[in-house]
Amino acid sequence: MIKLGVPSKGRLMQETFDWFSMRGVKLSKSGSDREYVGRVDGLVGIELVLLSAGEIPRELAAGRLHMGVTGTDLVHEKLANWSDVVSPVAEMGFGLANLIIAVPAWWRDVTCLHDLDAIAARFRAEHGFRLRVATKYHRLIRQFMTEQGVADYQLVDSQGATEGAVKNETAEAIADITSTGATIEANHLRILEDGLVLKSQATLWHSKVARGDCSALIDKVLNTPQPAQPDARLGQSSC
Amino acid sequence: MSQLRGETARLLTVFQSAGAIRVEADILQPADVLLDLYGEDVRARAYVTSDFLHGEQMLRPDFTVPVVQRHMAESAEPARYTYAGPVFRSQDTGSGRAAQSEQVGYEVFDCGPADEIEAEVFALFHQILTPLGLTASTGDVGLLIAAIEGLTTSNARKSALKRHVWRPLRFQSLLLRFSQPVKEKVLGAGGQLIGLRYASDVNERLEQLADEALAPPIPQSEIDALNDLLAIRGNLPAAFAQLQFLVQRLPSIASAVDHMSARLSALTEAGVDVAQIGFEAAYGLTAMEYYDGFVFGFYADQAGWPAVASGGRYDALTRVLGQGRDFPAVGGIIRPEFTLRLSDGDLL
Repeated sequence: MIKLGVPSKGRLMQETFDWFSMRGVKLSKSGSDREYVGRVDGLVGIELVLLSAGEIPRELAAGRLHMGVTGTDLVHEKLANWSDVVSPVAEMGFGLANLIIAVPAWWRDVTCLHDLDAIAARFRAEHGFRLRVATKYHRLIRQFMTEQGVADYQLVDSQGATEGAVKNETAEAIADITSTGATIEANHLRILEDGLVLKSQATLWHSKVARGDCSALIDKVLNTPQPAQPDARLGQSSC
Repeated sequence: MSQLRGETARLLTVFQSAGAIRVEADILQPADVLLDLYGEDVRARAYVTSDFLHGEQMLRPDFTVPVVQRHMAESAEPARYTYAGPVFRSQDTGSGRAAQSEQVGYEVFDCGPADEIEAEVFALFHQILTPLGLTASTGDVGLLIAAIEGLTTSNARKSALKRHVWRPLRFQSLLLRFSQPVKEKVLGAGGQLIGLRYASDVNERLEQLADEALAPPIPQSEIDALNDLLAIRGNLPAAFAQLQFLVQRLPSIASAVDHMSARLSALTEAGVDVAQIGFEAAYGLTAMEYYDGFVFGFYADQAGWPAVASGGRYDALTRVLGQGRDFPAVGGIIRPEFTLRLSDGDLL
């Protein structure tokens, strides 16, 4: 039996169901609407497991799921060695979001990472602590900042409403997922020109750890043509 | 395990015979000190624990910080310390290093002539490690810092370069930026004043940016000389000859080169065959962020091994941890697990 993990709630679940349905695999919740039990029609030997999108990377890495649907951001953040334990089968074209770094819009002098690094040294000297960046994507942001050579900052954990952290004075900048940028703007923030850390979307993953033959499912979903995907690229830095 | 204990005890005895006092350090270290010192990067390397009462603690990633703290808090006198025990490095970055490994260290706090102290520490490590067939590489971060001081450019640019000496990619990108005419910058649109940054800070930086826009590029001849400095490598006498020649183009490194000359003499006097020692001007600029002068490492001819020993001068670290005081300091560590394998002939 091949176990397929799918986000258990909301739009992400519905869009996943639609995506599979267009490829001849019908997923549905069985029982009451509140019960997390699923069923699969159109292919035998597949068991549907409904669980939180945030737990799917861990379950794939442990081999308890053979395949699973979750965001690129969550896989890259939660699995340090993700390419050793999972491989992407298909990008699904929804759940599009960018992991970005944003600063207060009124910092007119800070438009790119070079500026952020430059003011971080001074902020530390004046305030006695490192400039704080609120995020829940600790590993990805740390890696990105190291690669880009930003120093004298610190990460503070923020599991939700991250865009409000600057206004609440719990951080000076934020790193979070955004799809339209509207929440960023509404909270008086501005995305850095070169502050795109990762482009994420819902992706079907295959566990390299789980034992079992997934080829029937993979064949079925890949051999149906995919819809074209919109380009969500951010602007490049001019500085 | 008992063999490892024996090897550790042997190394401790060598360091104690050289005048070091044995000191201990807690395995759990307060995270804030290490974070303030090393920045976020340390979280990727150290094990961070959480405790509902005491907050974040770290399993010690090295002994240097607690040993320096102890010296700065308790003593104004010269001192030599030795210590031994496990250090912990998390595998978040996939470095392939063991998560727990043993270190035996030797740290010297001494205001005496810098070249002699450096030679003393190196010669001691050399005497322990050369019989095991290890080869030594050395460097001197002070050369690069002196070269930056001598550039024809603003103090702001020099500070930015000095701040990133330990991040070679960022350093090169800054150097490239400063070697070209400044591109016109499109400022942000502005908005509601939120957060802790001072408005005066933004205004001052805007003024700085206006000054910066008029700043002439660093002359290409100076950039070339700086990159020629970073490319110097060879055995110690050969590298020294190249450096002496480079002084004509980088006059600001003259005193750092004199210091190296004195160190060469002191090393020879201490019985080190300097022709067998490597030197790279860029050595120690990646993994050793707190070293700010002479640096060294000893390597085995074994694929995948870390440096079997490493060390150097870290005056700036004592300044940061000394809360206003500083103390010239040179030290290093040996990994007994590896010296043991070399002396046993137990190799892959």
